[in-house]
Amino acid sequence: MAEEIILLLLIVVAGTGGELCVARTMQAVGPATDIRPAALIRLLLRVLRIGWMWLGLSLMALAFFSLLEMLSLENVSFVVPVTALSYGFGALGGKVFLREQVSGRRWAGVLLVCIGVGLVLIGKR
Amino acid sequence: MKRFASFPLKTYLLIVVMVILGPLGNVLLGKGMKRIGAATSWDPAGMLLFLLQLSRSGLIWTGVACLMGFFAAYMLVLSWADYSYVQPASAMAYGMVALLGHFLLGEAVTPVRWAGVLIICAGVLVVGHTPPRTTEIK
Repeated sequence: MAEEIILLLLIVVAGTGGELCVARTMQAVGPATDIRPAALIRLLLRVLRIGWMWLGLSLMALAFFSLLEMLSLENVSFVVPVTALSYGFGALGGKVFLREQVSGRRWAGVLLVCIGVGLVLIGKR
Repeated sequence: MKRFASFPLKTYLLIVVMVILGPLGNVLLGKGMKRIGAATSWDPAGMLLFLLQLSRSGLIWTGVACLMGFFAAYMLVLSWADYSYVQPASAMAYGMVALLGHFLLGEAVTPVRWAGVLIICAGVLVVGHTPPRTTEIK
């Protein structure tokens, strides 16, 4: 059980932290206006020159391997919904770290998502 | 009121791509990992053996390909919309996971868990009614 709790924490905290770093990178490079393959490769090369991207990828890799291990222990329809606990962290991180305007309506949506996750957890038994 | 550049149609389309590829990748990885089983040893030799087992699984490779497609879509969407918009909006994927887990892997999904998935989807709809981008384009 302790192993599962540690893995869940790694999935949620490292996963959300990694996504926030990637979002910060994409904020820095600005909106992609061309989505043809060559332009996408140029975009990828640009983002790989930003430190936040590497930190984000490292954290996401840590979360990914924790997810792989967790998937070998539990059902996918239990594991994946539990990772949605990161929504609370995500909205907070968006506001504090990325300076996004998180409105009351957006918080309400995040709260609904968290309640849904709680039910998914209870529904496991 | 300040206006911020955003690409709503492209944003919605790529969120749909994320909602399909993300869960599909997770389900394929889940199926692959169930076949391989948990890592039995955390020492370097044991981990190397485990990675070799992973690299021989077609399910794992297909799952990883789906997740790479998901990540490409994710990066593009993040260049057009807020993280606090994209993250909850992509939660529609949880409904997809429950459906795939139930119908593809034969996992039992209880009514309470289905209710949870429905509430998650309702939360996504609420978030979907907020402006996708609230930060200034640099």
